[in-house]
Amino acid sequence: MGQTLQAFAGFLVNYDLLATWGWRLWAGLQITLEVVALSCAIGFVLAYPICLARMSRNLVLSNLALAYITFFRGTPLLCQLYLFYYGAGEVRPFLTDIGLWWFFREAFYCCILAFSLNTAAYQAEIMRGALASVARGQTEAARSLGLSPYRTARHVIWPQAFLVALRPFGNELIGMIKASALAAIVTLLDLFGQTRFVFARTFDFSIYLYCALIYLAMTEGIRRLWNWMERGLSKHLVRGTRGGALAAGRAGPVPSTDAALEGGAVPTMSRVR
Amino acid sequence: MTWYSLLFGADGWGSLLLAGTVTTVLLAVITVPFGFGGGLLLAVLKLAPSRPLRILCDAYTTFFRGIPDLLALFIVYFGMQALVDKLGHLLGLEARLELNAFAAGVIALSVVVAAYSSEVWIASLNAIPSGQGEAARALGLDRKQVFFLVTLPQLGRVALPGLGNIWAVLMKDTSLISTLAVTDLLRAASEASKATTRPLVFYSAAAGLYLVFSIASNIFQGYLERRANRGYA
Repeated sequence: MGQTLQAFAGFLVNYDLLATWGWRLWAGLQITLEVVALSCAIGFVLAYPICLARMSRNLVLSNLALAYITFFRGTPLLCQLYLFYYGAGEVRPFLTDIGLWWFFREAFYCCILAFSLNTAAYQAEIMRGALASVARGQTEAARSLGLSPYRTARHVIWPQAFLVALRPFGNELIGMIKASALAAIVTLLDLFGQTRFVFARTFDFSIYLYCALIYLAMTEGIRRLWNWMERGLSKHLVRGTRGGALAAGRAGPVPSTDAALEGGAVPTMSRVR
Repeated sequence: MTWYSLLFGADGWGSLLLAGTVTTVLLAVITVPFGFGGGLLLAVLKLAPSRPLRILCDAYTTFFRGIPDLLALFIVYFGMQALVDKLGHLLGLEARLELNAFAAGVIALSVVVAAYSSEVWIASLNAIPSGQGEAARALGLDRKQVFFLVTLPQLGRVALPGLGNIWAVLMKDTSLISTLAVTDLLRAASEASKATTRPLVFYSAAAGLYLVFSIASNIFQGYLERRANRGYA
């Protein structure tokens, strides 16, 4: 009995494989987390000006932002990554001259650059949708009460837009975790890169499954965390009895950014998930 | 060489890129019936009363939506290759059976797209008022007829925006197949840039072509949605 159980456990978890190579997965996970955290943060900072440019009445600005968003959302991230990583090699003398070669030489920095610019385009559209979902009368009312434009944004618009943007931001974070696996293609030893390395040495297919479980734990964890946050933050929107928000479920009482942008110039293409 | 002669010159790489483009489009188009069809099947099973089936389908969706698409493609691709090897071994074949890379790519993409689209199908199935099915049952249609004659025809209109999103993702995901052994648009660009050491030219050209597809599909999707919604306010 004990032996059968042990054999079964051995079938589920290959201790030897993990004991020998587990540290590589751990090292890779750290790189993945670094890449995702940095790109999402930089992307967030870049996204706000892009979103403002997109909504601006200045046609040049708004069309430039539209071109940026269309390019980064309309082409594969892998293609963008190649463009930066391999493209930089072609203009190496120029990059050396302006003292930027050290940056483009590293796969790590190229990944951060490509991922940040890419997620900035998605996040800008999320912000635009969220801001558009706040009724115009809110701005007008706040302004007529004498609030300055900044205070209107800070105390009236942003808090309402934030709630709408929360779920799409969570989806974008999950999307970036998944997209970060592309870094392995340009030689970065992130979680997926290390997994490929171990597979090349051992030809043990189960290493891919362990890798999948780690990704799954991250994405599923974030999804649950976001559900919990949204429930907590949207309590005031639910009329009726206790547990209303729970009953309302995933769709919840929060309007979606897609709905807010309906009829806009660009059909929204939020990352699936 | 100028970028123009690199792409369109007599011994330029335009024809390779064009062939890659055709492969990319074929990959995406052939995946659609399997991926979307599989997604619909998953959705119907998830809404079915059978609990084990529902749990199994939910696990499938959660797994393939929760891991990187690239990893999913690798798992399906190498997993299938391992299966085929085992099969060849069992049959006592001497030669190693090679999976056709294109077919394997289509299967791998379909597996992922089915997981994504099942959520869209579920939302659409739920969006169709239950009165429709009840009315059809009252008129004497059996459950199969209700599904194929009443629910399914109405489903397309509701599912279109969501499926359009997934189509956009699918088109970009085909580029991941270039890391396996299929010469799609991105791999064609890679080969051309390795041979000429002009990656900027070829990756820009590839990006431009992808952009053309995504803009064209957006326009086409808008047309389809307008068409599907005619007669609705």
